[in-house]
Amino acid sequence: MLVLTSVVTYYGSVQALKGISLHVNKGEIVALIGANGAGKTTTLKSISGLLAPRRGSVTFEAQPIAGRPPEAIVRAGISQVPEGRQIFGPLSVRDNLMLGAYHLNLRAKRTRMRDNLEEIYELFPVLRERAQQPAGTLSGGEQQMLAIGRALMAEPRFLLLDEPSLGLAPRMARVIFDAIPAFRDRGLTVLLVEQNARAALQIADRAYVMETGRVVMEGPAQELLNQREVQRAYLGRGYQQVWEDG
Amino acid sequence: MPIWNPRIETMPRVDLEQLQLERLQVTANRAWEGVPFYRRRFESLGIMPEQIRSLDDLRQLPFTTKEDLSSGYPYDMLAVPLREVVRIHASSGATATPTVAGYTKNDLRHWRELSARVLSAGGMTKDDVIQISFTYGLLTDAFGLHQGAEEIGASVIPVSAGAVDQQISIMQDFRTTALVGTPSYALQIAEALEEKGIPRSSLHLRWGMLGGEPWTEAARARIESQLGISATDNYRVSEVMGPGISGECEQHKAGLHINEDHFLCEIIDPTSCEVLPAGEMGELVITTLTKEALPIIRYRTRDLTSLDPTPCACGRTTARMSRVSGRTDDVVIVEGVKLFPAQIEAALLGVEGVEPHYRVLIERAGATDRIEVQIEVSSALLTGDVRHLMRTQNQLRQKLEGAIGLPAEVKLVEARTLERERTGRIVDRRKSEHRYPARPDQG
Repeated sequence: MLVLTSVVTYYGSVQALKGISLHVNKGEIVALIGANGAGKTTTLKSISGLLAPRRGSVTFEAQPIAGRPPEAIVRAGISQVPEGRQIFGPLSVRDNLMLGAYHLNLRAKRTRMRDNLEEIYELFPVLRERAQQPAGTLSGGEQQMLAIGRALMAEPRFLLLDEPSLGLAPRMARVIFDAIPAFRDRGLTVLLVEQNARAALQIADRAYVMETGRVVMEGPAQELLNQREVQRAYLGRGYQQVWEDG
Repeated sequence: MPIWNPRIETMPRVDLEQLQLERLQVTANRAWEGVPFYRRRFESLGIMPEQIRSLDDLRQLPFTTKEDLSSGYPYDMLAVPLREVVRIHASSGATATPTVAGYTKNDLRHWRELSARVLSAGGMTKDDVIQISFTYGLLTDAFGLHQGAEEIGASVIPVSAGAVDQQISIMQDFRTTALVGTPSYALQIAEALEEKGIPRSSLHLRWGMLGGEPWTEAARARIESQLGISATDNYRVSEVMGPGISGECEQHKAGLHINEDHFLCEIIDPTSCEVLPAGEMGELVITTLTKEALPIIRYRTRDLTSLDPTPCACGRTTARMSRVSGRTDDVVIVEGVKLFPAQIEAALLGVEGVEPHYRVLIERAGATDRIEVQIEVSSALLTGDVRHLMRTQNQLRQKLEGAIGLPAEVKLVEARTLERERTGRIVDRRKSEHRYPARPDQG
């Protein structure tokens, strides 16, 4: 569904991606793991159009999308949930969700938006309870749910998740991770970037491990979980506690 | 027969090539990062792993030879600490120093799967009783196919190599349905059955999974008819991985399906080291795509074969390699013409009374080279009508000359008088300047 071939992306003058190739098949959850600065977020931005790759190709459903503007990529069916949520604090939870659907065409909009909203409320009931509250009053975990809900309002077929558990209490992280396989059941395909490698590998089908702008390992998530190099570098005790708790 | 992993084995080539590129980049990154030998090689050529942007860029990377692996004996070529290696095999081979191949847990998991694919392609299922007649030891054959046979759920008898009589009585008692071993061992068993007058009906054999040495179509025909089995060929390079690299499908036997999601194969001209197009005969070069413990980049196998990337009628989309017809050491240049053992084998095929064994002698006779092909024939032919014998000899000479494009003399010899060795089918008695390079040099 999504194919990256030898993608090179610069952040200013820094070569952040040194030729990344990966693919995500329809209906898969694929995790991108690695330390801070490995190039995971740059990879997502190179897909969602926030950064333009200097070399290589990005194709979505066999159409080249590299270098196209973010809104065109959203229209193609890819939504990114940014790291750090980036919600609109003064607006109500409901209005934040509605903003996610701004690009849908007007005629279809009303009923589809209502249906989508309903589905999101079912996925994250707490958002229904707080629908009229300003988003800024939500807890970190709730804000993350809101950010994901807002991305889903765009009716994507492909979801890019950037560090959904970042800064969350273990219990909240678990709610988020539990919800991700449910996206797939709704027909979504997911590319997930996570520093919490253990949690990501537990829900992913396959994974790529990045180091300094390169992919250094790839394979079925289960295989990587059992790989000692991955265990030592990315599944330290600290992470284990964060996840096993709650 | 069922395809063990249909998702991979029937994958569209465009998806397969993406997967190969991803894994090639990972392999280059890991070799550069984890194996000082490769880091030095890359640096001396001024190559960084990120220069591999397409599968064709593989050509920029240096070759690895058996001598390179030997000089890293025992553990220098490993890309992981020894404590992550869970199995160690070694190959003796032609050179004095053996080479060591380590496997991590994931490597073994992959190997088991690949071996299962090859056995499955060869016709075997969970309902088979598989007799392994390879020697269990440092070599990879027995363990490699053993673990694959268990993976498909067959009943495995680890007989190991040994006395042929014992092998036969176990076959009878255990109702063995599949024989795993070398083709020459299968021929020995067939010959023993014939000598002792043991009826084929006392055996339950259906399949032969044979490999470990080059064997001819004539040998296959003979094994199949004498043992009443369907015999398939499979390929391994113990330095790279044991059995599981490729194997024939039982339905078509039209080349060995390469497990291309784990191995990237090229064919090169062994003298110029240029990559040859599909279909051309040359030296097989293998790059591992998933090996953790011992990633190998562009390993020169010295085995002669050709590649066919077209899909097979069995449904598999993986490229096929033709059966290995010999070693690069076997190729000789006579009067400027390259002579491959495969050409000789093809010419012998289908001539009545001709055994699958032959030897080629090349000598300097004055200003020109002289080729003599010694061929084993049945004793019935030798003791029968002389005119018939002459006719056969003429027929063989014409077929051979047509195949190799050079004059050749044919000498018919009695069955089982030539040595049954993998090497030495072509004996070159000329001075060394006429020979094909026996030792491939660095690329």
